[in-house]
Amino acid sequence: MDQRPAIELRGLTRHFGERTALRGVSVRVAAGATLAVLGHNGAGKSTLLRILATLLRPHAGEVSILGEPLPRRGFAVRAKLGLLAHEPLLYRDLSGWENLVYHARLHGVGERRVEELLESVDMRRRAEDPVRLLSRGMVQRLAVCRAVLHKPALLLLDEPRASLDPAASELVEPLIGRGTGATRVITSHDPSAAVAEADLVLGLKDGRPAFVGPPEKLDARELRELYA
Amino acid sequence: MTVLRKDLLLELRTFETVPAMILFSIVTFVIFHFGLNQATIDGQLAGGVLTVTLLFAAMLGVNRLFVAEREQGGFDAFLLAPVDRSAMLIAKASALFAFLVVLEVVAVPAFGLLLLGPSLGPPLLGLIAVLALADVALAVIGTLVSAIAVNTRARDLVGPVIGLPLLIPALIATARAAAPLLAVHGSGAPPGKWVAVLALYDLVFALLAYAVFDFLLED
Amino acid sequence: MTYGRGLRGLSLATAATISLALGLVFFYAPLDADQGFVQKIFYIHVPLAIVSLCGFILGGLLAIGYLRTGERQWDVRSYVAIHMSLIFGIAGLITGSIWAKASWGHWWVWNEPTLVSFLIVLLLYATYQPLRFAIEDPERQSRYASVFAVTAGAFVPLNFIAVRLAQQYVHPRILTLSGGNLPGSMRLTFLVSLLGIALLFVTLWKYELAAKNTRAQIRALRRSLLGEESVRPLGRSAAPS
Repeated sequence: MDQRPAIELRGLTRHFGERTALRGVSVRVAAGATLAVLGHNGAGKSTLLRILATLLRPHAGEVSILGEPLPRRGFAVRAKLGLLAHEPLLYRDLSGWENLVYHARLHGVGERRVEELLESVDMRRRAEDPVRLLSRGMVQRLAVCRAVLHKPALLLLDEPRASLDPAASELVEPLIGRGTGATRVITSHDPSAAVAEADLVLGLKDGRPAFVGPPEKLDARELRELYA
Repeated sequence: MTVLRKDLLLELRTFETVPAMILFSIVTFVIFHFGLNQATIDGQLAGGVLTVTLLFAAMLGVNRLFVAEREQGGFDAFLLAPVDRSAMLIAKASALFAFLVVLEVVAVPAFGLLLLGPSLGPPLLGLIAVLALADVALAVIGTLVSAIAVNTRARDLVGPVIGLPLLIPALIATARAAAPLLAVHGSGAPPGKWVAVLALYDLVFALLAYAVFDFLLED
Repeated sequence: MTYGRGLRGLSLATAATISLALGLVFFYAPLDADQGFVQKIFYIHVPLAIVSLCGFILGGLLAIGYLRTGERQWDVRSYVAIHMSLIFGIAGLITGSIWAKASWGHWWVWNEPTLVSFLIVLLLYATYQPLRFAIEDPERQSRYASVFAVTAGAFVPLNFIAVRLAQQYVHPRILTLSGGNLPGSMRLTFLVSLLGIALLFVTLWKYELAAKNTRAQIRALRRSLLGEESVRPLGRSAAPS
């Protein structure tokens, strides 16, 4: 087991113009652990995920992911992380199969893996349909496949179950659940579900860390305050 | 390569951009016919009409080039992959180049049929060479400008407004190089001076685009 | 950043050089045999055009600085250089037009390659500020504007080559850029004017930078002393600060 923390943030700060989206966020996540990021809309959850995903560069503070400092070693990190973002990141006019094969090629993964994944989320039948014709839940299942194509060691999940019914949620569990062994960062509007999965909770309020600690320590009052 | 395959596939599926470019150029020939009130044209005028029409048709393609990436998360997905970012420039410029070639395969014969006085046969090889060089210029500048414009508000305005002045030297060189080819008793070979200018233009901007393109993808 | 340093001396030098240049233009340089008095606009027009073109290229070089370091200061410098060059360039275009009317009888002549190239360059740079204005995020605005400035900076010389080649015949011009056929007194006057306009450019550039810098510092001070809410957010703007 890797002894280095999978994610280490020290004083992470990011501005958008004069607005500060994140200020002084520090957290350590052990390899294989799950971090839940909570906060109201605009608290900085998505910004944090995009920085971890190397899509945004930090303005101050230190970020190190899987032992690699960002943004300098972004290239090395990219191969090892999977992002399930708000948008599915799929082309609407291509079929699910074509989309996944495209991403598989970008990541240097074979078509066998795509077939397996489609099978596991029960999307074989609709794999040839253009993505624009699929329901939101189906698109989300494809997006999960896309995020885990290359078996990433770090999963960044933005509202992973937002549009999935319980049955579909079951289906993707082996891909993005705890069983994968990957380090996970989960954001959610629904704090109770996310907290139940988490080893560590980071509460953000207006870009500032309002709570960092194990989920047991987070009591109802603090939770309410996060969303106030 | 992968990105290029995907782009061509996407165009095949949606079948939007290239047909629109072709239709646009043919309509433009008809408009020129009435605007100039001439049944046939040749020489410098023909070179100018052909070049200007292709330039404006190319702008349609330029406007669409990155729209799918922007609206459907293609940029993010590409940036998440452990791939060199310049691959995006090369793929997009190749895609645009391919679109332009398809456009010209239809539009140039249509031009010969509708407007051009002299026959297209003898100067064809020279014309292909000139247009290929012009397509490189259009593809490189088009990709660069499109990548700038797609992340701005009013992107369909910003693209042509920046792209057209940048392309004026290429336009001059193409029109001048094509003129003797399309003249009544024209020569079979394009004038070397203008081919050289066009080639120089291609080279300079290809290198420049390669150098600056990465900055357009980062956030 | 202390853009203010040396500004007073520079301003005085500029004023002195421009006064000297004007003195030379009106009292020293001989009247042109063909064109008479109106030819003297040449001493303003050509330096304006040359300085503005150099300013555009300077803007591109400063933009490289931004792309290499990511420091905002470089983008501000590049922005101010291009902004100034645009103003100088438009002034150059107007004076050129007056000169053309006086000596050739037309406000605009297409077979003067320098004039045409200059117009194309101005048209391109006229899109610089609309481009900035169309980008919301300030960091992205700086990055994209720098990419534009670098590309356009390389475009300037290339454009001049292409347009110059395109002219079959060139009007008899007073000045080939080497200044070969210029009589000595005219040449001296021209060089002093050029120096004066160049100094004017640098002085104005530094003034504008100093002003922008001061404004930004005041804003930052207000924000830290009075709290973030006390300062109204910046409106959407084409100018970096």
